Amino acid sequence: MYSEKVMDHFTNPRNVGDMEDADGVGIEGNPTCGDTMKISIKVKDNRIVDAKFKTFGCGSAIAVSSMVTEMVKGKTLEEAMAISKEAVADALDGLPPQKMHCSNLGADALRKAIEDYKSRQNK
Amino acid sequence: MRKCYFDHVATNPLHPEALEAMMPYFKEEFGNPLSIYEYGSRAKKAIEEAREKVAGLVKAKPAEIIFTASGAEANNFALRGIALAKQNEGKHIVVSRMEHHSILNSARFLEKSGFVVTYLPVDKKGFVDPAAVKKAITKETVLISVTHASSEVGTIEPLKEIVKVAKEHNVLVHTDAVAAVGNIPVDVKDLGVDLLSMAAHQFYGPKGAGALFIKQGLRIVPLIYGGIQETGRRAGTENVPAIVGMGKAAELAQKELQGRMDYLRPLRDRIINTMSGAKNVFLTGDSENRLPGHVSFCVEFIEGEALLLLLASKGIFSASGSACSSKALKASPVLLSMGVPAGLAQGSIVFSLGMGNTPEDVDYLLEEFPVVIKRLRDISPFAQGWGDKEEGGECTVKK
Repeated sequence: MYSEKVMDHFTNPRNVGDMEDADGVGIEGNPTCGDTMKISIKVKDNRIVDAKFKTFGCGSAIAVSSMVTEMVKGKTLEEAMAISKEAVADALDGLPPQKMHCSNLGADALRKAIEDYKSRQNK
Repeated sequence: MRKCYFDHVATNPLHPEALEAMMPYFKEEFGNPLSIYEYGSRAKKAIEEAREKVAGLVKAKPAEIIFTASGAEANNFALRGIALAKQNEGKHIVVSRMEHHSILNSARFLEKSGFVVTYLPVDKKGFVDPAAVKKAITKETVLISVTHASSEVGTIEPLKEIVKVAKEHNVLVHTDAVAAVGNIPVDVKDLGVDLLSMAAHQFYGPKGAGALFIKQGLRIVPLIYGGIQETGRRAGTENVPAIVGMGKAAELAQKELQGRMDYLRPLRDRIINTMSGAKNVFLTGDSENRLPGHVSFCVEFIEGEALLLLLASKGIFSASGSACSSKALKASPVLLSMGVPAGLAQGSIVFSLGMGNTPEDVDYLLEEFPVVIKRLRDISPFAQGWGDKEEGGECTVKK
């Protein structure tokens, strides 16, 4: 049902954890539906230098979170904002169609984390 | 790696003796039971012997057993067949919220066809209250269908009491006994039911064979029209090998039933007793009135599909009622009906044991299950609690 890459990121997720000194945190989803993702980012000179995640959800939700945190490291905020759900799914060699929308919240959580960072800067 | 198949509610392996009994009917005994020469009469004889054995397993008369292709077909047949046969007497049927999709979707079909359906609530352990059955019955009620035992939470329903209430009001009772037959004693006379569904692959028989018990004298409208097979109530050339396999499996189940229950119950109770002490792990269903090999939990703050997949990567095969593990992406209606909060229902996991499981398999499960729980909880943002996400609100799928 899942690609090898999804299974790899699910069984060996990268960048799991919270970040005490995070510059931005984004939470997306809702446990009633089955998936909730929390992404924390560290930003330096307009670049994401570190990213961590915590996820409540199915195999694909965990794999998506892991992949997003991998993809985003080293990217500028603008590049990170442009990461789409499709790009995350492609990087995982695809997701089952029924999981494409409900479990693919990584890009949304990431955008929320970036918005959180920006709103903190404006304070 | 050890392989532990703990998903006997999904299906059981075929008993080697059932396979052996089936083999001639795949090969030299290929005859059509309706043929009047020797090939036909031998196939016909094999089917009738199987009918006697299946009848014996549920204490029915052979003529009261109609073979179907599955438990789902038997359930469809019972609901639609009785509703249509009785529609001049009334157009109301009653089903419980514990039912399998083959009952619930048949009920929905009948609703669209002009019947009124009452869905009985259940308590937090999944029991249907006979008093609620009594309340649901109207002058229009023609059929009540309540499962014998739930494959999701293992609860064995108080069927005798429900039948008693129904009989006081002269209403027919059907039970989906797919999860029960071959796993606990089932006696149609003692229960007093009018119709009962079963499936061979739930008691080490083959897939593609089920049966509906229809009490003698009861009129039912067929689901499949055609020839005179199954006394005209189920047309279509019989699946002779599958029926023969079902007969053999029924014979073995009847003979070995007590031994199977005595073997599985202590294994079940060891898992329940050990895991019930774990933090944030909740047993679903009842601990006493429960199928012998059935264990089901909801594990808080983690999701069932992830739990299932991680266990599978360790060679432990189970089931889940979480939204993500269902093709429809909806959490188990059974768990929600029992009042399990939506977030907790996502952590559903079901281990159903069978005769191929050993005490060492259970040791392995009890060793690995807590490890997998911890691993997923370490990933979960809710490890310290649901916080403000507890009731979550509406679930919208973003596009």
